[in-house]
Amino acid sequence: MSFLVLEGLSKSYGDVHALIDMNLAVERGEFVGLLGPSGCGKTTTLQALAGFVQATRGRIVLDGRDITDVPPNQRGLGIVFQSYALFPHMTVAQNVAFGLEMRQVSRSERERRVGRMLELVHLDELAARYPRELSGGQRQRVAVARALVIEPPMLLLDEPLSNLDAKLREAMQFELRRIQRKLGTTTLMVTHDQAEALSISDRVVVMHAGRVQQIDAPHRLYEHPQSRFISSFVGKTNLLRATVRGGQLELAPGLRVPLGNSGGAHAAEGSVVTVCLRPEKLAFADGAEGRLAVRVEERFFLGSQWLYRVSSALGELEVSCANDGRPPHPEQATAQLTWPDDVARVLPPEPDA
Amino acid sequence: MKPGRTLPYALVSPALALFALMVLLPLALTALLSFQRFSYDTGVQDGFTLSTYANMLGDSYYWEVFGRTAWIALLTTLLCVLIGAPEAYILSRMGAPWRSIFLLVILAPLLVSVVVRAFGWGLVLGPTGFVNQFLEWVGIGRVRMLYTPIAVVVALVHVMLPFMVIPVWTSLQKLDPQVENAALSLGASRFTVWRRVVLPQVTPGLLSGGLIVFALSASALAIPGLLGGRRIKMVATLIYDEYLHELNWPLGAAIALALLVVNLAVMLATNAVLEGNYRKRMG
Amino acid sequence: MKNGPLSLLFHSLVVAFMLAPLVVVCLVAFTPTDTLQVPWGDYSLRWFRAVFAHGDMVQSFWNSLGVALVAATLAVLLAIPAGLAIARLDFPGRQALNGLLMSPLIVPHLVLGVAMLRLFALLGVRGSSMWLTLAHVVIITPYALRLMVSALAGSDRSIEQAAQSLGASRWTTFRRITLPLMLPGITGGWMLAFINSFDEVTMSIFITSPQTVTLPVRMYMLATESIDPMLAAVSALIVGLTAAVMLLLDRLYGLDKVLVGQQ
Repeated sequence: MSFLVLEGLSKSYGDVHALIDMNLAVERGEFVGLLGPSGCGKTTTLQALAGFVQATRGRIVLDGRDITDVPPNQRGLGIVFQSYALFPHMTVAQNVAFGLEMRQVSRSERERRVGRMLELVHLDELAARYPRELSGGQRQRVAVARALVIEPPMLLLDEPLSNLDAKLREAMQFELRRIQRKLGTTTLMVTHDQAEALSISDRVVVMHAGRVQQIDAPHRLYEHPQSRFISSFVGKTNLLRATVRGGQLELAPGLRVPLGNSGGAHAAEGSVVTVCLRPEKLAFADGAEGRLAVRVEERFFLGSQWLYRVSSALGELEVSCANDGRPPHPEQATAQLTWPDDVARVLPPEPDA
Repeated sequence: MKPGRTLPYALVSPALALFALMVLLPLALTALLSFQRFSYDTGVQDGFTLSTYANMLGDSYYWEVFGRTAWIALLTTLLCVLIGAPEAYILSRMGAPWRSIFLLVILAPLLVSVVVRAFGWGLVLGPTGFVNQFLEWVGIGRVRMLYTPIAVVVALVHVMLPFMVIPVWTSLQKLDPQVENAALSLGASRFTVWRRVVLPQVTPGLLSGGLIVFALSASALAIPGLLGGRRIKMVATLIYDEYLHELNWPLGAAIALALLVVNLAVMLATNAVLEGNYRKRMG
Repeated sequence: MKNGPLSLLFHSLVVAFMLAPLVVVCLVAFTPTDTLQVPWGDYSLRWFRAVFAHGDMVQSFWNSLGVALVAATLAVLLAIPAGLAIARLDFPGRQALNGLLMSPLIVPHLVLGVAMLRLFALLGVRGSSMWLTLAHVVIITPYALRLMVSALAGSDRSIEQAAQSLGASRWTTFRRITLPLMLPGITGGWMLAFINSFDEVTMSIFITSPQTVTLPVRMYMLATESIDPMLAAVSALIVGLTAAVMLLLDRLYGLDKVLVGQQ
């Protein structure tokens, strides 16, 4: 029996369906990322889990207990809000202690647990400060401490890193994961940043237009996207059309690649499929022999990589190469592109719109 | 968490009850009163009549008072625009701390009772007051200001000026200085910037300020009462006379309702202009 | 862009205009003579003594103070739940209710005065200080309500959600989180309501009776009959009281926020 089960969870506001028939099972101690663009339903899922929004249909079962109709102040979940929602008139220590106060924990025990938690998030020096005296990153850590000190069965994170600047965000991602691993708390994180979701989640749930699109471990999600949307939302992609002929994918007359484990084994002979080729899987062939002739139209320097836009018989493609010290290809140059046999992915046919 | 359906109504019920009792009911009673008969011997009687309104609308004395009230209120509004809008602009261009200090200086008189302010102007504009002393010193000689429209308008402008400064100031605060810079960079002269960029954004503030000033001036009592004397009767002092001296309550009620209706009409018209022209464009 | 000398001259004239009557009235209050003159050199407190010796004036002061204290407190007690409902909950009739509670700002006090006079006459309560106080409550509630709503609108709703998620009941959330956040709005609202009640004259003229005459009404009555420096002394005292309240208001809440509104 999974630790958290969402069964057929739906939420509609009149004609607007914010969440449609969501099914999800989360194991104890897992870190699950809810990923998708704005309006996809991820925030609604979180609010329904927290109890601030009443589901139209469906059930929420936490550790065997049906909490669908339980008011939010009795669910006992730890929540980190996007704006942190710290109590401005209380110090850091008082903020963190609030949940323990509500649970009638004795003062000495409260002080002990708050002290330990502040040490865990490296804020012990700032216990007597007020939120307005803290930086964004520090406030975020207070919010995390406040949610975790009550030892909740589950932690909900609502875009916890979106208000931080890029460098801090990276550092905090790993910090969050470290804390979560140490405490073993089952965690659900809502985010629109795919890099963030992939880097720290055990599993990622991709959502779009109110529905779950795919649930998978990050690597599988990236390497085997199940739809056009996922392949372009999670990472960059080149989308190509191909015809299945004799156990191979024909991208263009004379250009065939083996089906292999591309996921196209079930496709009928002669059918036209969509193929996803990730830019980092493509490479410029040393020497003259490659699979496809291209011309470099534009190139962008991204520090650790070069991103090329090339034109070819298959259309415009994106190619990404590591900045390994070799001279980059100049614009307007012609070159040959190649890729290993097993990196093409066939996307399942789209359901009729 | 969805609070119960009844919670909001429970929360507002005390205030709602009080206001229904002390605002809606009295206004309704006054409306009824204006249709009741009155005689100087027997006072207010039951019975429906339109004669009160007919008398009021047919008598040139009342029209004279309405007319005087209207032009005094309009003049006050105009002066407040001419003085208050530039002052708000000048304030917005000051640096800290002067800006806050002077803003307070301009607005703080709002918190002093209007009786005190009217009395103060009586002293300043009186025959031995500062203004006349100054005029004598320059050789112009004494000018009669007290118990003339001059004193009434001056005191009204003094009391109403903050009500013009506040909305204009608020509009100015919302201006993005970058927008003016953008206009300059595209080749506009300073005057054009002021006319085509600043003024349209400030106009809603001017309109709502003007509305408040007009409405308050038209219904002012203490100022015309203390500084206007017997000859400068305005609507408010007229109503005062009818209720407390003549005891002709139905007539007083009729005049009061007429004032209320005019106020509401002006307010609706101004709001319509604001909604129509400005909300659409600027949100 | 700085202000040019012409602008600053205009500005100084406006400032002088705004302060003139208040300054003059405070100065004349100290005149040793029987006439309304600005004292040059000789100062006297005789007119202040006259004020404190004037039984009616002192009684009116206590009337005003009593009414203002009670009315401001009642207004705030009404405005807190009403403000909560208007700012935080969505319910049918919310706009209309907000309009009704703000209506004393739009309906002239003059009209409210005569309307309430009619009501009091019909109910036979014209001499009652309780009904006078209730009338004041109605007039000053919009000021308290406006500050309350803007304090609530300015604070983050998720703070209350956070408290609930940590286990606080709705009452505890209100008591420990919402109320403290509203406190500046409550104190500022109380003081603004107080001063507006104390100052009120236009409506009060109609509904006070000889026993309940408030200070501004008493002043108005005396000023229409005779002009003597005692009225200047009363005025100076009122200006002094107002200045004290303003200072407190500025300390606790910020006078510019109160008068202009939070941006």
